[in-house]
Amino acid sequence: MRIPLSITDNIQEWLVSMMSESAASYVAMIIVALIYLGIFAIAGLFLVLIERRVAAWFQLRIGPNRVGFQGLLQTMADALKLVSKELTGTDRADKFLYNLAPYFVIISALMALGVMPFTKEFQAFDINIGIFFLIAISSIGVIGILLGGWASNNKFALIGAMRSGVQTISYELSVGLSLLTMILLTGSLQLSEIVEVQKGGWLIVQGHIPAIIAFMIYMIAGTAETNRAPFDMVEAESELGAGFHTEYSGMKFAYFFLAEFINMFLIAAIAATVFFGAWLSPFGITESIPWLGVFWFLAKTLVLVFLMMWFRWTFPRLRVDQLLTLEWKYLLPINLVNIVIMAFIVWQKLIIQI
Amino acid sequence: MGYFSNIFNGIKTLLTGMSITGKYFLNSRKGAITQQYPDNRETLKMFDRFRGEVIMPHDENNEHACTGCQKCEIACPNGTIEIIWDRGIDEETGKKKKKIDQFVYHLSMCTMCGLCIDVCPTDAIEWGQNFENSVYDRTALTRVLNEPESKVRAGIED
Repeated sequence: MRIPLSITDNIQEWLVSMMSESAASYVAMIIVALIYLGIFAIAGLFLVLIERRVAAWFQLRIGPNRVGFQGLLQTMADALKLVSKELTGTDRADKFLYNLAPYFVIISALMALGVMPFTKEFQAFDINIGIFFLIAISSIGVIGILLGGWASNNKFALIGAMRSGVQTISYELSVGLSLLTMILLTGSLQLSEIVEVQKGGWLIVQGHIPAIIAFMIYMIAGTAETNRAPFDMVEAESELGAGFHTEYSGMKFAYFFLAEFINMFLIAAIAATVFFGAWLSPFGITESIPWLGVFWFLAKTLVLVFLMMWFRWTFPRLRVDQLLTLEWKYLLPINLVNIVIMAFIVWQKLIIQI
Repeated sequence: MGYFSNIFNGIKTLLTGMSITGKYFLNSRKGAITQQYPDNRETLKMFDRFRGEVIMPHDENNEHACTGCQKCEIACPNGTIEIIWDRGIDEETGKKKKKIDQFVYHLSMCTMCGLCIDVCPTDAIEWGQNFENSVYDRTALTRVLNEPESKVRAGIED
């Protein structure tokens, strides 16, 4: 059994010297999973902090700046508080599904991180259906939301969950089709292959007009996929209390909260990979130093995360019918036409190559 | 409106909104409206329109402008103001004249509606900017606004 776990090569070689090869690869996978879990639990917390500071700046406030230097430990303290809280539930709730739901959400968010190409070496799992896997995994999270809303035995939670179902089913089409537009350019679903193609210019440059349209559609649909404002029908504080996680408390609530931010990071990371060349530096300025790829990847992702935060703190929430009108009457037809244009451009070799 | 002009209008208005919040974002460092209160207690100045409490300004001769007309007492919807008044002999004319003894103001009952200040014909009372109004004993919230030994400014009634 040989799975291309590039970052684990060193770990695996070291483990192979101690045990059989199959056992070594399992242990290596567990070690990598633990590293990813640790890193992204912390990264999720810092994303929450960034969101709060950025939100404050958009509203001419200061934001959390008391706990630690410039509030750096604020979300750590919040998480610590949540861990110490009681886990409550409602009467006659479906206890099994109620407890299962947060894990669905957080696991589907963390699973998708495994295929992210942080650098050429730092990619845990480079499967040949990369993009397909990402689209599939990122929509599994909605099952957790539906379970949580249904099992809570609460009308607000149920309405929130049903809205989430409507929203995800609609916007998944746009996410998939806008990424498919870019797949026409790369000719491969494998993420390392997609990055390789972009050495001759990022895909948003290579595909020019249709690529920019695809990027705009992807960002709109991606924001809707993560259930963030202006598409936060699922939570809709002013209408539904807290939406699908109204009845959750303590660490289970924290899982939902963390999953939302990891999902946002994921959507931005996919956009950075597919449109902006993942770990490739602009004009190849740091090509000789491969480990700087992590820096470029995170920089591009955080810029896109900032863009999503900018959306959130600017636009008002859509109504359900407006949400569906936007998807079915605007994004989807534009997307379909866009694919045809992209196919024509690839066929006629009108790609811009640097 | 046509389908495509709809899309372009949509994008245009979205970008307008984003440019406004973007400007706020860039100016947030110097333009933040948040006050870090206990830290800047010494320098914190309330803005002009803030309604902290009703005060009666006195000038350097310990004179105020209240003639004791009681219009504020009548205007007040919940009996916050009580004017204890007396009749005294005016030195100039020798006639009997109304003058205030104590202008009692119950801050605990005040809703900061501002009707008393609007109705005052001589602008004797106005808004104070003090915002630290909490006390341990509620009797401290009943205040006498005119200073002891103060009297009405001459010629204020003309």
